[in-house]
Amino acid sequence: MTNSPILPAPPLTPLTPALPLTPAPPAQAPGRLPWRRRPAAAFGWLRRNLFGSWSSALVTLAIVWGLGEVVPPLFRWLVTDSVLGPADPRTCLGAGGACWAFIHEKYRLILFGLYPYDQQWRPLLVILIIIALLAGSCDRRLWRRWLAPMWAAGMAAIGVLMWGGVFGLPKVETWRWGGLPLTLLLSVVGLAVAFPFAIALALGRRSTLPIIRALSVAYIELIRGVPLVSLLFMASVMLPLFLPTGVSIDKLLRAQIAMILFAAAYLAEVIRGGLQAIPRGQYEAAASLGLSYGQKVRLIILPQALTIVIPPIVNTFIAFFKDTSLVIIIGIYDLTTAAKAALDDAAWRGSYREAYLFIGVIYFGFSFFMSRYSQWLEKDLGRGART
Amino acid sequence: MPPDSDHARRSKDRWAFLTDETVLAVFYQVLVAGGVIALAAFLIHNTLDNLSQRAIATGFGFLDYPASFAINESPIPYSPADSYARAFTVGLLNTLKVTLIGIVFATLIGTVVGIARLSGNWLVARLGDCYVEIVRNVPPLLQLFFWYSAITEGLPGPRQALTPLPGVFICNRGVMVPVPIAHWAWTAMAAALALAVVGVFVLHRWSVRRQARTGRRFPVVGASVALLIGLPLVAWLGAGAPSALDLPALRGFNFKGGATLTPEFTAITAGLVFYTAAFIAEIVRSGILGVSRGQTEAARALGLRERQVLHLVVLPQALRIIVPPLTGQYLNLTKNSSLAVAVGYPDLVSVLNTTINQTGQAIEGVTMIMAVYLTISLLIAGGMNWYNRHVALVER
Repeated sequence: MTNSPILPAPPLTPLTPALPLTPAPPAQAPGRLPWRRRPAAAFGWLRRNLFGSWSSALVTLAIVWGLGEVVPPLFRWLVTDSVLGPADPRTCLGAGGACWAFIHEKYRLILFGLYPYDQQWRPLLVILIIIALLAGSCDRRLWRRWLAPMWAAGMAAIGVLMWGGVFGLPKVETWRWGGLPLTLLLSVVGLAVAFPFAIALALGRRSTLPIIRALSVAYIELIRGVPLVSLLFMASVMLPLFLPTGVSIDKLLRAQIAMILFAAAYLAEVIRGGLQAIPRGQYEAAASLGLSYGQKVRLIILPQALTIVIPPIVNTFIAFFKDTSLVIIIGIYDLTTAAKAALDDAAWRGSYREAYLFIGVIYFGFSFFMSRYSQWLEKDLGRGART
Repeated sequence: MPPDSDHARRSKDRWAFLTDETVLAVFYQVLVAGGVIALAAFLIHNTLDNLSQRAIATGFGFLDYPASFAINESPIPYSPADSYARAFTVGLLNTLKVTLIGIVFATLIGTVVGIARLSGNWLVARLGDCYVEIVRNVPPLLQLFFWYSAITEGLPGPRQALTPLPGVFICNRGVMVPVPIAHWAWTAMAAALALAVVGVFVLHRWSVRRQARTGRRFPVVGASVALLIGLPLVAWLGAGAPSALDLPALRGFNFKGGATLTPEFTAITAGLVFYTAAFIAEIVRSGILGVSRGQTEAARALGLRERQVLHLVVLPQALRIIVPPLTGQYLNLTKNSSLAVAVGYPDLVSVLNTTINQTGQAIEGVTMIMAVYLTISLLIAGGMNWYNRHVALVER
């Protein structure tokens, strides 16, 4: 597949992601299904998009046949044959359909882990606060003034709710934290704490000072070159050795530190992309105004660079959110670990499909929403920049 | 002018070096380097303290001791009496095995799905969309657990094993397939295949040169396929065409004979392949979309046939867009192979984790994990950069 020397490739047009430039192929317009307007158009649409050629027609038929084989049994398993309400494990698992009774029985364990049963309204409230914070952060009108105070207040409330010990709330040790709030906290707190470090690392990597640049490059490449699993191991077995004798450190905090170290390196690369995208003229104009390095970065460079990289930061957050599931390896009780623990109940052996589907839908819901938001934001920011 | 103002200016000059850029640069660098060194010294001091208190010897001497733990899957002979160093080798080979097989299959499936998403057939494109959206948004670890449970809990036991083909058994102990009984003919075939690959390479270069000189084309694809299939076939026939197979057969509670793809290996490979393929599909799709429509039209206007348009115009340009992010995905797959520890596949991380738990040599163990992954990452990045230079635009 080499480039043939006989026919040198024609000069390239700029290889920007050509999505807005390339006319979308006809199949790419699912939003405009034509039969809403004219039944005759529906026939034309079918002929163009499903029976365009002999091979296309054959593929269509094969897919329709395959869907006919797969979808009805799947529907029966999910809905008609499933057992919804509370039921005895043996009758439920023998029913031939999904045993949702397992979820009914275990959802408190899966969602909240080992948190004291009568106090589980607290992690529930925490989930709602985090969702509200994430949803609020999506509104660009709030970005300038309200984002930081909003998150500060939210985090304070979350801390009070999770730990307790004040306002008459019983204290809950971190080893009892678990489930969805823990997954959300690990990712949100990890990213928030990593953010300033990431900015420093990105600036360091772009710096003209050789020692600072070398240290930044070494840190970023080292962390990005090794798997998160090894960082988690390091945090779990090596971090206690690093501390002065007699000082011990909370297990959850150790995992969080590993996640922060990890996130900082990946975020730094994303932010570096934004720094590189700022035209030289901006740096030169700032310098010619007599701004110091700090002023230049704070007032001119970072506001522009960070705006450019918000969509990739959201993507990093999605990846990071999925990666929090790895903490199972060092025994932190997150959503995945809690689901595994629920499956350990011998009476409900064999309900892995229901359990993984349940938490899979939760992970999918958050990730899918965020990725759609990032796509929308990318278009929206691009539109703003052009006008 | 009052004298104290003059004094002020002079004293300002005296302190001017504080805002001098060179001085500040040195100052900040010394400050940062000093901070890092102080932190490192603090950590090393603590570590040495802790180690001496727990009476743990430092160094890699422990690698010669017998490992005394079993590994359920190994490409080389291994027993618990072997050393930690050999256990490490087994883990490394297992990691490489998963990585290589994963990269090949993820690339194949990802390319097919990526092209499917651009298909003119509405159903094919929507199916591709569904696959990518679902797989990309669910944590790989969860997918691994699902595959592992689907094999160990969802499939029947050895006695009721599924037999999709005669001699192939699928059950909750894994997939059993027949393998040919060892014979020198197989070595000869491998050598013939290697020879054929070299032959194809030489043929390709020769045909390109001849076309440049005389304008005549040579059916390279047909000749290459003939070479790749024909040479090993000749070697096999020449060696007496051995066809004896080692068939798996049910003995007691499990299968004996043949080769076994264990549930652990199958789960980690399937999980990594399907997860990474979704990302590769996106890369392939945007690569193909990134070649502007005018290029295809211009190539058609020159009278190239559809296959030539794809082969000579679209693909070389799409590859330029595809290769750099593809490298990133290969690196991700390599690093994600460490998830194997979660389903009990004895990869490098799993073996070294057991080693750390047994010996307490945490620092050495984690250092070895990091060193290996860094090396693999650098090798893949180096190889892909070489390939990228090969396909990159030659600016004139």
